[in-house]
Amino acid sequence: MKQNKIDRREFLRTSARAGLVMGGLGILAGCRNKTAQAPVSSAGKGEMTYRTSPGSGDKVSILGYGCMRWPMIKNDDGQDVVDQETTNRLVDYAIEHGVNYFDTAPVYLQGQSETATGTALKRHPRNSYFIATKLSNFSNHSRENSIAMYRKSFENLQTDYIDYYLLHNISGMAAFKRRFVDNGVLDFLLEERKAGRIRNLGFSFHGNAEGWDELMQTHDLYHWDFVQIQLNYVDWKHASARATNAEYLQQELDKRGIPSIIMEPLLGGRLAKVPQHISDRLKERNPQGSVASWAFRFAGTPKGVLCVLSGMTYMEHLQDNVGTYSPLVPLNEDELAFLEETAELIRKYPTIPCNDCKYCMPCPYGIDIPAILLHYNKCVNAGEVAAKTTDEGYRKARRAYLVSYDRAVPKLRQADRCISCGICTGHCPQNIDIPKEIRKIDMYIENLRKETL
Amino acid sequence: MLRKFRIILAAAFFTGVTLLFLDFTGALHSWLGWMAKVQLLPAILAVNVVTVAVLLLLTLLFGRIYCSVICPLGIMQDVVSWIHGRTKKKNRYRFTYSPAKKWLRYTLLVLFVVALFAGAHSIAVLIAPYSAYGRIAANLLAPVYRLGNNFFAWIAERAGSYAFYSVEVWIKSFTTFIIAVVTFVIIAVLAWKNGRTWCNTICPVGTFLGFFSRYSLFAPVIDKAKCTSCGLCSRQCKASCINPKEHEIDYSRCVVCMDCLESCREGAIHYAFRRKREEKASDTGRAVSNDGRRAFLTSAVIAGASTALKAQEMKVDGGLAEIARAEKPQRSAPIVPAGSISLKNFNDHCTSCQLCVSACPNNVLRPSSSLMTLMQPEMSYERGYCRPECTRCSEVCPAGAIRPISKEEKSSVQIGHAVIDLNLCVVNTDEVSCGNCSRHCPSGAISMVRRNPDQEATLMIPVVDEEKCIGCGACENLCPARPFTAIHVEGHEIHKEI
Repeated sequence: MKQNKIDRREFLRTSARAGLVMGGLGILAGCRNKTAQAPVSSAGKGEMTYRTSPGSGDKVSILGYGCMRWPMIKNDDGQDVVDQETTNRLVDYAIEHGVNYFDTAPVYLQGQSETATGTALKRHPRNSYFIATKLSNFSNHSRENSIAMYRKSFENLQTDYIDYYLLHNISGMAAFKRRFVDNGVLDFLLEERKAGRIRNLGFSFHGNAEGWDELMQTHDLYHWDFVQIQLNYVDWKHASARATNAEYLQQELDKRGIPSIIMEPLLGGRLAKVPQHISDRLKERNPQGSVASWAFRFAGTPKGVLCVLSGMTYMEHLQDNVGTYSPLVPLNEDELAFLEETAELIRKYPTIPCNDCKYCMPCPYGIDIPAILLHYNKCVNAGEVAAKTTDEGYRKARRAYLVSYDRAVPKLRQADRCISCGICTGHCPQNIDIPKEIRKIDMYIENLRKETL
Repeated sequence: MLRKFRIILAAAFFTGVTLLFLDFTGALHSWLGWMAKVQLLPAILAVNVVTVAVLLLLTLLFGRIYCSVICPLGIMQDVVSWIHGRTKKKNRYRFTYSPAKKWLRYTLLVLFVVALFAGAHSIAVLIAPYSAYGRIAANLLAPVYRLGNNFFAWIAERAGSYAFYSVEVWIKSFTTFIIAVVTFVIIAVLAWKNGRTWCNTICPVGTFLGFFSRYSLFAPVIDKAKCTSCGLCSRQCKASCINPKEHEIDYSRCVVCMDCLESCREGAIHYAFRRKREEKASDTGRAVSNDGRRAFLTSAVIAGASTALKAQEMKVDGGLAEIARAEKPQRSAPIVPAGSISLKNFNDHCTSCQLCVSACPNNVLRPSSSLMTLMQPEMSYERGYCRPECTRCSEVCPAGAIRPISKEEKSSVQIGHAVIDLNLCVVNTDEVSCGNCSRHCPSGAISMVRRNPDQEATLMIPVVDEEKCIGCGACENLCPARPFTAIHVEGHEIHKEI
């Protein structure tokens, strides 16, 4: 908790400084608006922006649909299933407004995403959209299982070719060799590309710079048609310790002329749900635009970006994003600098970089990991995390934390039930030390309960 | 006037005592806790000399006011009886005088005292009034109250408010629940038909106080000169103790409700100093039917839908593994809260009123189902554990079964000790590292040691230092092994300080 205190003090100092800078920028921005463009008011009224894939010549919409967050409902047995009807409506709206890239994977949504996406897309002509899916051979990477998984994707998606096929979640050479090279799966996929059943072959990357460099060297051998990377205005220069700055990733791809697909432009929603003063800061600069629109404009700005993925559960998010990208107004130098300052402010918040991707789930001991981490983040952003019993507003923060915690996570799935077995850690694409974070939260809650902060 | 005064006081007491059983936040006890502590039987068992003396003095002065104002079971019967009276005017005059059933009264009192001394509290508390009411409030009212609270919590959650939070509602002991239902039905039926039959034939506290109220200084007296022997007072006397023919009142059974005072059209009954037998100024008695309005609010029931998702066979993203409920282990000795001193002290004083069971915020205390300690509270850790910051049961106990104890004292009282069964431990069954028991032990009694001492890199298994363990059950509650946890607490007969 001492750590927290320092963070806060430091944070206040920084934000005071930033406030001054911001004030100055505000005036500048005001001047500019009068004379030059009015970026956002014009957005959303035009046509969707498209980028061209250098290899295949595909004209891909800058907004891609991430299919890992389709709306869910409970079926008669009380199980979570995809709400197909709502999903269909989302897909219809997206296609109608120019979105033509749909990214899914066999493991998404407890294995339901491919089928749901395929069902929704089947209702449109096959040449009106591109399908991306992945080889998620994490738990069993034998050749048989991998190829079976590949074939199952065709069946689930009801198609006879896949436009963009990815080796799912590669962190470095070791995993790459183990899962794709040694078992001959990659050779098989290269043949499939030749046969036209895979139109573009690439991989999605989560890892450090060393692993990245090694993977880039394989380009001469395999000719990657595209690579999927995590890019947003925080990860641009401030990626977490075990990841790589997006600035470097994009630069390396540009060097080789490989187009990039962007994942996590919102850091799993964390760049849409920011602390109040950061949201105010963004709104002050652009009162009409949503907080999320800044992140999307940022992700679309680099020229080498082919498509920016967003996992949109709600129609409002889809409409907002379509608006931001119809057409995309790239960020100018001033705006980029402004976002970099914002990124530094956000980084000061001790939130946990969980994107709610649920790769860690299900925990064999029943812990609801993302719910615990996200609840903590929510409280950090809302300023409901107290550092000391003597803090002003401690009582209120304590009650808010404990009551909302019980609401967010059932008792048997809370942090104190985590046995720190570490099974989840390997699954986390953000490389979060999950047991450590959970223990930290557990300790904080224990201190709140005992009033011994 | 006196009657109104009695009704107001009774309503206040009844509401207060009931709220003590309903409130789960612990906020009310600091204000109203004394209402439980002035109940006669708990006060006697707690050897609370001052309270007992004051209660006896009160009875010697004014009669069985205790039964009309302080005893929640008595007031509950008045409420039931009053409701029956409201149904038809005729029903308000449904009572008749009946002679005291002395044999039954005295026999039950003697049996009650014998049972108490013989340690058979579970039998005695069946007819003890405060225990009976506590049983009814804790088992029948509290769940409804909590469901109501959960409904508000449900709304609050949607409104983004933290004013209400939801609490678990569960039947803590099936046996006790059934006994509570039977108790309520019997007493309610008796009250519906004949008012205070229970108080004047069965209740041992009533019989005991009758010995004193017989000689009370103040009492309702009938002015024979004015009395026309109409019998109206007798027909409104829920204690059936006015003999209109003889112009006599059986003061051992009269609960001084003052109903008769206002029923007499001739103004012939006064609440007065008995010894003088003189008439005070003769006011005209007014027969005013008093409208006491009580509204009982029952709240909507929200069925808490529990979600159970099956564990995934193949590793895909998301979903929740099913968690089996922990089974209650066999304990060689029951665990009772810190402050109980010993099982014997606990058993000797406990009146099974369920106040501590209602107050326990951690779902640890529940009524025992074993024969000798039937309905007396005991601890178990399937739903929660005895949290270090909580001393609520010791604060609320009116009978001295759980003596007041501070958090600091509690942290050094050994109420039991943990026992490990390594065959059930997930380190051995699942080959994973765990140590959750050790991490959460508030007294540092559990350490992790190498499973195989010859190897450097080996999984760690928990061991308990019995001398440091206080028996709080954090380890048992947080142990992931199912259906039986790998670590459980055995109770101690005599609590000791470490």
